[in-house]
This record gives sequence, C-alpha cells and structure tokens, in this order.
Amino acid sequence: MHELPVTESILEISLRHATAAGAKQITDVYLVIGQLASIVDDSVQFYWDIVSKDTPAEGAKLHFRRIPTELLCLDCNIRYKPAPMEMGCPTCDGVHVKVIAGEEFYLESIQVED
Amino acid sequence: MSARLPVVEKILGANERLAAINRARLDAAGVYSLNFMASPGAGKTSLIEHTVKRLAGQLNIAVIDGDIATSIDADRAAAAGATAVQINTGGECHLDAAMLQDALLQMDLSNIHLLIVENVGNLVCPASFPLGTHHSVLIASTPEGDDKPYKYPGMYRGVDALIINKIDLLPYISFEMDYFRQGVELLNPGLVTLSLSCRTGEGLDAWLDWVKARVSAARNPSPES
Repeated sequence: MHELPVTESILEISLRHATAAGAKQITDVYLVIGQLASIVDDSVQFYWDIVSKDTPAEGAKLHFRRIPTELLCLDCNIRYKPAPMEMGCPTCDGVHVKVIAGEEFYLESIQVED
Repeated sequence: MSARLPVVEKILGANERLAAINRARLDAAGVYSLNFMASPGAGKTSLIEHTVKRLAGQLNIAVIDGDIATSIDADRAAAAGATAVQINTGGECHLDAAMLQDALLQMDLSNIHLLIVENVGNLVCPASFPLGTHHSVLIASTPEGDDKPYKYPGMYRGVDALIINKIDLLPYISFEMDYFRQGVELLNPGLVTLSLSCRTGEGLDAWLDWVKARVSAARNPSPES
C-alpha cells in the first residue's frame, strides 16, 4: 500500500498545473489507472481529503478511469483480457505474452475555476 | 469560469526523474548497483552477508538498507565487512528514489565497486518505485509457496534476475518448481534465475559469478556486451 505518496504526487501535479493556468480552484481530477497498478481508489480518496485540505484543491472530486489488463499472445497473436490469476493464452495455452494495456498510471486532466 | 485543463502526466514521474539523477551519480562514480527486493524473511540480508564476505578482497561493496525501523540489517551488513547505511522509512512500505538520493549523499562512493540496496520486505510497493539502480534482483524463497509469481505479477515482471533461496528445504515442503517457473516464464520470459541456499552454500558460486560479471561489464563496457 503506497497510496499516501501517490496521493501527494497527484496533489502536487494538480496544483502545479492549476497555478500555471492562473486557476483559483480545482473541482475535479481525472485519473487513468491500469488494472495492473496496485492502487485502491477508496484509499486515494481518503488520503486526498486530508492532503488537499487548505489548498485550492480542497473538496475536489477524484475520478478514476480503470483500464482493464489486455495481453497479446506472442505465439498465436490473439489479444485477450485475462481472468484474475490467469495470464496464459486461453486460445493456445501459450505462455509468451506481452502487456498491451493495464499499466497506465497518469493524471489525465483537471477541471478548474478562476 | 470553469475549464478543463489537459495534464497527461505520470503520477510517479517525479520519482522517475530522481531515479535518473541517482543513476547518473552512480555512473559518474563508477559504481554498479543492485536493488534487492523480496518478501520479509526471504533471505535478502543473508544473501548480502554471504556476498560481502565471499567477495572480500575482490570487490568493495556498499550496502544501503531500507526498513521501517531499526538498524539490524545495516549492522549485519557492516559486520560482514560492507560500508553500510540504514534508511528508516518511518512506516513507508518501500524505498523511493528520494530516500536513495539522501542515502547516497551520506556515502563516500569513491573506491566502491558494487552498491546493494536492500529494499523494504514487500512484494507489492517496491515494484512501483524505481530507485535508479542498474538492475533489480528478486529473492524468492521456497517456503513462501510456488504461487507467488501468480499473486504478485507486478514484482515478477519488473526484475532483471531472480534468486530462488532456501532450496535445501525443498524435500520438506510442497513447492512445485515447474508450476513456479511457468508463472515466472509467463511474466518475465527468459529471466536469469539462480537457485541457491544461503544456509548450505549450494548455488552461491553461480550467484557470485553473475555479480562479478555484471560489475566487470559495467566498469569495462565493451562493444560486444
């Protein structure tokens, strides 16, 4: 669990962009997080309410867009979304895979008011 | 007036930038570095002790130990003959690049050939925070169970070498090596994997050879390597 440093980083990035745009208040923060990133949404929101207090981001709502894991089988070239605890190809049982999606971990945009 | 500002910035980008600074500092000092990650009790500190003792006279080794509290691990590394610095994270479950930066400032890196950073015992969080070390080594141990690659894919996917420690216990526990290795192969095809026992010493020579070869390659880069 490392939601606190993650949340502090989200706040730092949000405030930096809002300040640069001359905005007074951040109302919404839009995050894109892959399924493979081990982050718990509720924990981030919990820490957010604490770390954003008395900043222009206080009260802002966090929006999480989760990206499901998607793998490419390098043996039969099929793209698939694996079941939990499964990674191998459901079509050919191949074990050579490449991650196509699910590792995303970025702040996409913020909604601000001046 | 309300407006939507595009940001598109990696949430842990600041850590990655500091990691790059750490790498540059290590490169400038001619130090090859490893990040040891494992669950608590897998044998990180034991492997460090054996590595430091067995390579004494061949390599000057420094150790940075990350723990939530105490300096037990740094004391063990120092007793084995290493230059050691302890980082107490005060509750954080992993080391990050800023902590390593602080620790590097406390060390005289001249004459050091190899730096081993012992991360906090944890199979989840350390994988998300690169430190700037040259390679990451995961130390698995057989009593943890053969399902760990499947349960901690983020950790197994991100490492450059895997140690399977405590192989002397294999006759006494249920650990299906084939099942374990299949999970590893799925997540990290072709991963360098070395089996050993810190207790009996079996397999340690192959590990020490790997370390020496990596240090040598880092200090004397050739066009072929």
